[in-house]
Amino acid sequence: MSPRLVPARDDSVRRTDRPLTVTVDGTPVPGVAGQTLAGVLLAAGRTAWRTGRGGAPRGVFCGIGVCFDCLVTVNGERDVRACMRRARDGDAVTTQSRASAAPDAPGSAPDAPGSAPAPTPAPAPAPEQP
Amino acid sequence: MKRRTVVVVGAGPAGLAAADGALAAGADVVLIDSADRPGGQYHRMLPQAYEARAPEAVQHGYSAFEKRVRRVLGHPRCSWWAGAEVWALERTDGAEAEAGTRPLATAHPEPATTAHPEPPATAPAEPAGARRTGPPTAPPRPEHAPPLKVHVLTPAPEPGAPRRRHVLEPDALVIATGAHDRVLPFPGWELPGVVTAGAAQALAKGERLAIGDRVVVAGTGPFLLPVAVSLLEAGSTVTEVVEAAGRARAARGWLDRPWELAAQGGKGGELAGLTGALARHRVPYRFGRAVVAARGDGRVEEVVTAAVRADWSVVPGTGRTTAVDALCVGHGFTPRLELAVAAGCALRPGPSGAPADVFVDVDDEQATSVPGVFACGEITGIAGAPAARTEGALAGWLAGGGSPYARPVAALRRSRDQGRAFARRLARAHPVGAEWHGWLRPDTVVCRCEETDFASVCAAAGDPASGEARVAKLATRAGLGPCQGRVCGPTVAELRHRLGAGEHPVDPAGHPVDPAGPGPHHRPVAVPIRLGELARPPEPPAGEHPEQPHRPAQSYLPVEESGP
Ligand SMILES: Cc1cc2nc3c(=O)[nH]c(=O)nc-3n(C[C@H](O)[C@H](O)[C@H](O)COP(=O)(O)OP(=O)(O)OC[C@H]3O[C@@H](n4cnc5c(N)ncnc54)[C@H](O)[C@@H]3O)c2cc1C
Ligand code: FES
Repeated sequence: MSPRLVPARDDSVRRTDRPLTVTVDGTPVPGVAGQTLAGVLLAAGRTAWRTGRGGAPRGVFCGIGVCFDCLVTVNGERDVRACMRRARDGDAVTTQSRASAAPDAPGSAPDAPGSAPAPTPAPAPAPEQP
Repeated sequence: MKRRTVVVVGAGPAGLAAADGALAAGADVVLIDSADRPGGQYHRMLPQAYEARAPEAVQHGYSAFEKRVRRVLGHPRCSWWAGAEVWALERTDGAEAEAGTRPLATAHPEPATTAHPEPPATAPAEPAGARRTGPPTAPPRPEHAPPLKVHVLTPAPEPGAPRRRHVLEPDALVIATGAHDRVLPFPGWELPGVVTAGAAQALAKGERLAIGDRVVVAGTGPFLLPVAVSLLEAGSTVTEVVEAAGRARAARGWLDRPWELAAQGGKGGELAGLTGALARHRVPYRFGRAVVAARGDGRVEEVVTAAVRADWSVVPGTGRTTAVDALCVGHGFTPRLELAVAAGCALRPGPSGAPADVFVDVDDEQATSVPGVFACGEITGIAGAPAARTEGALAGWLAGGGSPYARPVAALRRSRDQGRAFARRLARAHPVGAEWHGWLRPDTVVCRCEETDFASVCAAAGDPASGEARVAKLATRAGLGPCQGRVCGPTVAELRHRLGAGEHPVDPAGHPVDPAGPGPHHRPVAVPIRLGELARPPEPPAGEHPEQPHRPAQSYLPVEESGP
């Protein structure tokens, strides 16, 4: 257990915490309104939520939307950068794995951006937005 | 009379100053940033939902920043597009960007739209859509306008809906997209808990999250200082700061010619404050050492540091292991050049001369090689926020049609030149040593996305059949994963260079790339876009569909003062 939110009561920025809950693979995880999904996951003590091609765990690396290490599925929408998306109460987060991806076909990686994943299945796709 | 329209991409120190400058010059401004609050990396703001009553507690120079944000975002001629991403720049002059950009128009037919910013907003607190006044007009584009269409995605109007597409054709474009951390690979850098220095900073400053209890901050450059101090402030124990540059070299770089530092708008004072904070917390600052490995079972548990020589070769027998639960690393910055490259802007080699160390080439007036396109901030050189602001002010003023002979321009130019001198000094004080690859093992991951290891990169470089960068890329998959080489690109380019391959590098389309060419920065799609979003036609210009205001919601406005 190491990453953690600065406790609101001693935070020099004098913030207000309004709690929210997201689910991660079905398990409720508490967070605070304003946090990114990466922030919620980290503050809950999870440093990894994705597996790379070889099955190794991954979490946040760049923190600003550049490295794509932190990808998750949110409310059915794949490949959302957890560090760029603010958590909303009730968000259903599912973790992703590249381990099962067909390794050799270029562009076949399920989370390759630009090559855009197949149009997102129902329910309506939520956009990736910070 | 039709006013000049300026689109500014990026609302960091450079982009905000550019918007301010263009407004001062009398232009209409559209300020676009993918973040939902302005400030960029240096002035990363807390989420609005935190309702922080003392945000200045974690920000250097907050009051001047706040004032500027109020002035710019509350300005009646400024449209602030929060959470909006410029995903492509399309050239309309028939020319292709240096590295062979496919004209995007062929990928998605769309009606010609000349969107332009809204007329004056009356009160910034009004809901979007209520502020459009006057009939829409589509004035003829002036001759000197950049031959570009700016493709933007704006947030969905409600959760679950697709984002909206827009196409802008401004009279001038200012690119201020900043930089991201560069991290050199080492064994174990892919372990969870190893993050970039910028990530630790962004989480601490932007969300009040401390990345770990016991943290080592490592790499090179003065940026390690604010990162360590932010971590201390958030309650972490920083066990040490490990700077690969030697003490003498860094001291020469920093303490020589202090007037240059003083000219950088308070950088000297900021530095003193930061070093004072480290001293109070008794954090050792070790020069001439580098993190050469991270270890742990499923997450980082310990780091191995070693003394390194000036060329970053490891001094045998100096290894030391430290227990940590997080490691923050940064070996300088890589400019975010996708948009500049897509616009066709010429690049120039950076101070190190390394193959991937390139920046946007700008002239005395921050103009790029493409008419009507200006660049400012870290994409033109790494010199910190004050230099970025000066360049932005200059770029914005001139992009907005301000006179190059106006009195403040000369002072801005002087200050910009000091900024450039500062950038050269920084680069001299903290060069990446040539022998860093000595800490790689054959199985060390080089490309994080594709898990390409060092041995594969070596094998591809040594094999004449895959001697070309493009072939090597397909053979090793390095750079073909989700990040499209943003993280490993400079590293792979440098390794191939050192291994004797890649003297005549080619881009993914097979075009030869000159040393000042875009190389690994060539990405026709700058940010991810979904096929569904691509398939939607762009939103029509303002006024044609009153129920669909072109202007996206303003999601940040000064809370206390709502008037311009
Ligand atoms: C993560 C991180 C944290 C940093 N923190 C500090 C710090 O605390 N102290 C310090 O002295 N220096 C810090 N730096 C260094 C910092 O980069 C500069 O000092 C300064 O912020 C540069 O200003 P800029 O305006 O050039 O770029 P930035 O501040 O990086 O601003 C660029 C802006 O462009 C936006 N953008 C980029 N691409 C697009 C696109 N396609 N569409 C829309 N918007 C886009 C980004 O969201 C960003 O807001 C940090 C750097 C990084 C990478
Ligand atoms: S951590 Fe790099 S994209 Fe989110």
